[in-house]
Amino acid sequence: MGELRLMKGNEVLAEAAVRCGCDGYFGYPITPQSEVMETLMELQPWTTTGMVVLQAESEVASINMLYGAAATGKKVMTSSSSPGISLMAEGISYIAGAELPCLIVNVQRGGPGLGTIQPSQADYFQAVKGGGHGDYKLIVLAPASVQEMNDFVELAFELAFKYRNPAMILTDGAIGQMMEKVELSDHKPRWTSEEVRQKWGSWATVGKVPGRPHNVITSLELDSGKMEVNNLRFQEKYRKMEAEEVRFEEIMCEDAEYILIAFGTSSRICQKSIELARAKGIKVGLLRPITLYPFPRQAVANLARRAKGFLVVEMSAGQMIEDVKLAAFDAGLSLPVEYFGRMGGILPSPGEVVEALEEKLIKK
Amino acid sequence: MAKVRGAVVVDKEGCKGCGLCVEACPQDVLSLNKEVNSRGYNYSYMENPEACIGCSNCGMVCPDTCITIYRVRI
Amino acid sequence: MNISDIIKPENLVYEKSKLQLNTIMHYCPGCSNGVVHKLISEVLEELGLQERTIGVSPVGCGVFAYNYIDIDWQEAAHGRAPAVATGIVRTNPDKIVFTYQGDGDLASIGAAEILHACNRGENIVVVFINNGIYGMTGGQMAPTTLEGQVTSTTPFGRNIDLNGYPMKITELIAQLPGTSYVTRQSVQTAAAVRKCKNALRKAFQNVDQKKGTSFVEVVSTCNSGWKMSPVQANKWMEENMFPFYPLGDMKDSEKNAPVSKN
Repeated sequence: MGELRLMKGNEVLAEAAVRCGCDGYFGYPITPQSEVMETLMELQPWTTTGMVVLQAESEVASINMLYGAAATGKKVMTSSSSPGISLMAEGISYIAGAELPCLIVNVQRGGPGLGTIQPSQADYFQAVKGGGHGDYKLIVLAPASVQEMNDFVELAFELAFKYRNPAMILTDGAIGQMMEKVELSDHKPRWTSEEVRQKWGSWATVGKVPGRPHNVITSLELDSGKMEVNNLRFQEKYRKMEAEEVRFEEIMCEDAEYILIAFGTSSRICQKSIELARAKGIKVGLLRPITLYPFPRQAVANLARRAKGFLVVEMSAGQMIEDVKLAAFDAGLSLPVEYFGRMGGILPSPGEVVEALEEKLIKK
Repeated sequence: MAKVRGAVVVDKEGCKGCGLCVEACPQDVLSLNKEVNSRGYNYSYMENPEACIGCSNCGMVCPDTCITIYRVRI
Repeated sequence: MNISDIIKPENLVYEKSKLQLNTIMHYCPGCSNGVVHKLISEVLEELGLQERTIGVSPVGCGVFAYNYIDIDWQEAAHGRAPAVATGIVRTNPDKIVFTYQGDGDLASIGAAEILHACNRGENIVVVFINNGIYGMTGGQMAPTTLEGQVTSTTPFGRNIDLNGYPMKITELIAQLPGTSYVTRQSVQTAAAVRKCKNALRKAFQNVDQKKGTSFVEVVSTCNSGWKMSPVQANKWMEENMFPFYPLGDMKDSEKNAPVSKN
């Protein structure tokens, strides 16, 4: 059993980073996630594990610091909230184009623009459909508890290095600020320079040594033929992720006639909605995507075969619902797929979700 | 006083005929050839080789690093 | 004495650095970038730094610098090379990291990144090519374009009311306590090339001694963008650029108080 603590989600991200052997954190303050860097600065991991923590001049600089460090085979991360992630979009596209592993955490707040500092899930499209320019994908993990804030840091790094691809933890201000019991991971040592050279020396800029051509990290290729080949390689990688890395959770779906589909904070609210609905005799279950990319398309299709209808619950105007509809459509299935959500930093209440279920699916 | 003789070897195909070496030569050794290389540039060559003192000025200013220089005391 | 008696290995006095790759550079004939690449290769070879050095190339004419010098390289987004270099050197303090940036990359879109990297005293070398114009995109105005200078976006000359003043960013950077060595050089004559090489050598040695940021501006020509011959461009630079961008050291911690850096 690991160390048990009562902690905020944001603080746990910091603890988990140090404990999993992260080499560096580069970030810029923004509400509601500033506790990540604040906690790291208090932990002073440079005196223990040797992890570097640096407050950059902007999110633009932070993400490019990640690029530089990740390109040397180091395990590095940043965190920000919605407007800051928009600023990072350029750098994220370059990182994806140069195939660099790193972790980006988005503790979402309500938008668009400066919006609000309250929680939101309106950056779903930005996270799973790109966000920056060009055809690329991030591995996107959506924690629904403070425990998963701990667990997904290490998982994100593992997947990022497995695929040489940026990974994102897409959470929101509610989970970032929430205090819960958490079992922290045990400390793991950082990779030594020799380990980095052995693991990633074939591509990382660890210093040109005799016997191999120099390593160059770039996303540039002016020859269209070669650039298409690069893109095809990226797509092949994304297909492999779709085949092997889908993660989701099903709650009380066995006998369910109606399925709620929600991730992160919304999925927690939906668990209470299930209790309320079942008390009324409505057989409801929950599908919780854990990887938003790759999206659990097969799980959606399987449930679509036996359910009477889906209610997709989001803290946005309805973004993930498009992927749910596509998954059902691509499987040749037709069933009512409805949306319920709140925006602007407001959380849906469990009762509202049940009302929406009755209104949109059952009474029809 | 020791006399010095030099010689330069221009990588004909690497030369882009910019003429900076011609300008930099204190002895008026170099000139741009009327002939062109395979890429269409009037490459630099020693028009007046006897005057070369191997000072390396041409090599220093060459942006394409296509000049190798030799020097001998007589 | 025959030429063949002179051209012998024992008489060799000047040849291409072993760190320069045998790739013909994409630069226009007479471009100053080629000379600076050559000097960096020579300095890294002479100091024995090939295995420890990581270069960061910019967006702009220098983007393909990674094809010409045989060290590990990273290609940065436009203006972000100092942030990229920060990420490298903070997580790899034993490495020798340098950025190679033009005036558009460094002084315009990347002004924030360069000022903050220098202000933090990141232990890196910055090589700044200032030719007063955007070369790669076809000769548009740069922050360093001189007043009255014609470019494709200032076809009637840079107008201060419209475009603001030419920026002396190196003078700004010299004010920052994080920098240990700030100098302005050029490469239009053999004497200037020798001085510039000495400046680059000092910059790389400073970083090896962890003295903080060393910043080497090279006032350069863009004869294509300026629409001149390479020889004319050198003359124009001497007559017009040097009075506004005077050459020489602006700061040298060996002469002044040394800058401490971890």
